[in-house]
Amino acid sequence: MNYLGKGVELKVVGTRPIRPDGVDKVIGRAAFGADFAVAGMIHGKVVRSPHAHARIKSIDTSKAEALKGVKAVITAADLPEIASESAFVGEGPVNFRDLSLNTLARDKVLYDGHAVAAIAAISPSIAEEAARLVEVEYEVLPHVIDVEAAMADDAPILHDDLFTAGVDPKPTKASNIAKRVEFKLGDAKAAFAKADVIIEGRYVTQPVHQAYIEPHACVVSMTTDGQAQIWCSSQGQFMVRAFCAKLLGMDIADIRVTPLEIGGGFGGKTLVYLEPLALALSRKSGRPVKMVMSREEVFRGSGPTSGGVINVKLGATNNGRIVAAECEVLLQAGAFPGSPVGPACMTPFAMYDLSDVSIWGYDVVSNRPKVAAYRAPGAPISTFAVESAVDELAKKLGMDPLELRFINAAKDGTKAAYGPTLKNIGYVETLEALKSSEHWKSDLGAAPKGKRRGRGLASGFWFNIGGESSGATYVNEDGTVTVVSGNPDIGGSRASMAMMAAEVLGIGVDQVRPIVGDTSSVGYSFLTGGSRVTFATGMAVTQAAEQARDDLCKRAALLWEIDADAVEWRDGMAHPAGDNAGKFEPMSLADIAAKSGRTGGPITGKASINAQGAGPGYATHLCDVEVDEETGHVTVLRYTAIQDVGKAIHPAYVEGQLQGGAVQGIGWALNEEYIYNDKGQLENPGFLDYRVPVASDLPMIETILVEVPNPRHPFGAKGVGEAPIVPPMAAVANAIDSAIGLRMHSLPMSPPKVRAALDAGKG
Amino acid sequence: MAKIHVTTTINGEESEFLCESQQTMLDVLRDELGLTGSKEGCGSGDCGACSIIVDGNVVCSCLMFGAEAAGADIMTIEGMAQGDKLHPLQQKFLEHAALQCGFCTPGVLVASKALLDHNPNPTEEQARYWLAGNLCRCTGYDKIIEAVMDAAAEMRGETV
Repeated sequence: MNYLGKGVELKVVGTRPIRPDGVDKVIGRAAFGADFAVAGMIHGKVVRSPHAHARIKSIDTSKAEALKGVKAVITAADLPEIASESAFVGEGPVNFRDLSLNTLARDKVLYDGHAVAAIAAISPSIAEEAARLVEVEYEVLPHVIDVEAAMADDAPILHDDLFTAGVDPKPTKASNIAKRVEFKLGDAKAAFAKADVIIEGRYVTQPVHQAYIEPHACVVSMTTDGQAQIWCSSQGQFMVRAFCAKLLGMDIADIRVTPLEIGGGFGGKTLVYLEPLALALSRKSGRPVKMVMSREEVFRGSGPTSGGVINVKLGATNNGRIVAAECEVLLQAGAFPGSPVGPACMTPFAMYDLSDVSIWGYDVVSNRPKVAAYRAPGAPISTFAVESAVDELAKKLGMDPLELRFINAAKDGTKAAYGPTLKNIGYVETLEALKSSEHWKSDLGAAPKGKRRGRGLASGFWFNIGGESSGATYVNEDGTVTVVSGNPDIGGSRASMAMMAAEVLGIGVDQVRPIVGDTSSVGYSFLTGGSRVTFATGMAVTQAAEQARDDLCKRAALLWEIDADAVEWRDGMAHPAGDNAGKFEPMSLADIAAKSGRTGGPITGKASINAQGAGPGYATHLCDVEVDEETGHVTVLRYTAIQDVGKAIHPAYVEGQLQGGAVQGIGWALNEEYIYNDKGQLENPGFLDYRVPVASDLPMIETILVEVPNPRHPFGAKGVGEAPIVPPMAAVANAIDSAIGLRMHSLPMSPPKVRAALDAGKG
Repeated sequence: MAKIHVTTTINGEESEFLCESQQTMLDVLRDELGLTGSKEGCGSGDCGACSIIVDGNVVCSCLMFGAEAAGADIMTIEGMAQGDKLHPLQQKFLEHAALQCGFCTPGVLVASKALLDHNPNPTEEQARYWLAGNLCRCTGYDKIIEAVMDAAAEMRGETV
């Protein structure tokens, strides 16, 4: 059923109730990964490689095993060897062999921080001491960090069996280039002949970490009958179950995963790191094992997103129509193939209605941690380049950058360069909202002496996904309702699940208690990612609530002894559908629930679906900056994030997604980067030197929610979590260019780089 | 090695514990006393998720030894609500949706309380600088600052 029609008055959806898990989180009682404990638990610790690239000649664990209090030591020899097998999970393809080798190195270590062994001991300090006693003999190999160096003919090769896919003829020589992808519409090469103006540029971005504040953590208990329980913080309890079963060679039914509260993920908790190790340690020691990463381990051993090099070429006619576009994307995958090169190529032109586009990219391995998804994986990287180039184009054409975007904007019916014809999109609406915003109309104000101000805008696109989701609704005997869903709540999704169920049932949201089920208590659900939960799981929960509602009508019909068709549900009560149905007092949900034993037993609804039709998200951001000419420091003075959200179920949490995404993007733009020394070791694995934005760096982040409903969702929702990280890097770069007249081509636009550009008079 | 016996006051109650000399106050709170509301985000004093108030000053408990708690008066997130009554900051954080994942929230709330104890009428800029030691990766700080300013106004008896 669809609740979008005229005359449908929504009472709960679109309001801002207090989230159901809120109190637990403000009083410190919510249990996150590291907060959980079971009796008899011991503590695990990972031994990590100090080398960027080395052959493991031998591992001697005897001294560690001999230490008093040590209960188990494992190496890759304790895990089954897994054949190469790809599956599409999370936000990208995963090869289980690579995942196993990333969890514990077998023959070679491929990055500083790569796990080589793990210990379980009766205390964390004994485990740490034992970790120092593991003797690994390495043969250090030449390493390569940067993407272009890794693509060179004479680069050190990470994997002898990796041959570039997607090229013809099939290569015979191993390469660090895992694959080449290409997307084409029309004939870009020929179309450049029609252009009056051509812009070309090379842009560079650095890997950035998701930098969730909660380090990875889990508790695992495996018993001698082969059954295991896992309590952990992740973006998908079913993902953890599937990966662990695969990596340990276990049956899925023998693993039960209970999701704990998750302290941020942003894509970084869509893989397993500790859980397979804790399972193997628990199996070997016969004890429950707790493992928690340190912050340094999070930076060295878990995924950042890719850095990349992007070459862009745009051609336009003098009236501002973009007639040809080309883009080449080189992305670092880290130690194993799997950078988000596909989405990086598919997204950056999706804001525009173009007839001749060519975009191609390379997935390149190097001696860095294996990348993991990070919020709109790939899109922010290529969009930084394209949206910077669009700004350059506007400058060259002498045209307002907003006007240039209006002229070329994608609309319903536009065929996107990556394939589909776009429907129900709200990109132009974001531009219109920007044009009429107070921010756009405001004056920048005079800069103090020694500083210069500028304003920039940029747009971005993200697909959003649907996928497999399950939800259940249980009507309790007092008329309250429990909603169970299969997705970890990472940003307030329990609130939106409860709200959608309450809306369907016509009751207050405080009458609905939403929980996230473990893998044995709710149907399979694909992980929390791709901005899919409110869309897909929301659809499942809505359908489950509708089943319960329809059953409530049937029960009322039984009690009234009339046809079920003659009962309708309004405002949380069964009513006779009309005068012909008979005269009965409306019966509340609580009345019917209290009598459910007489009408057939408990009232429930369950839906397991594969949700299709997620509407894409478009975002346009506006940024004012002030550049300090002496230090090169950039301050964001004012920032507005505008996005088509379909329908905001809980507007405050939608705004929160826009604000959080924008600020992560500001960090990516101005501060964040991985710094490696000449040995290939990470030099800034901590929050002091890897600087995420802090409160004093920022202004308030204004938001404008544009609502172009998605007709495929019962309430019109579109995913909202990822699109807001796509525009900021270019918005900030465009603002800097507007302030100092210099184009910054390389992220982060940190003070030394901006100062150097000012000194050189070029970006 | 012999453990150290420490007597201290935590959330208004006299408290005793045994700790090893190298154990941090955060480890003591979480592992010895079962007060897991204070979180470890970094263990190096950079993220503020473990913030507690010690004798009126906000401290990263990961940078303090457990043994240093002797004789001190300590407040953790578990002591912020009075019985079943939330502190105004806690209530405003809920009303303003100032938390998403909620992991940094205990530290942010404790640091915010210390701010308002010191300065009941902070400017937005003062609040932002005071909270610069508390990292939040989800919210972009906007709604946190809104909630702190609103709580401050309410505690001053003003209505916004």
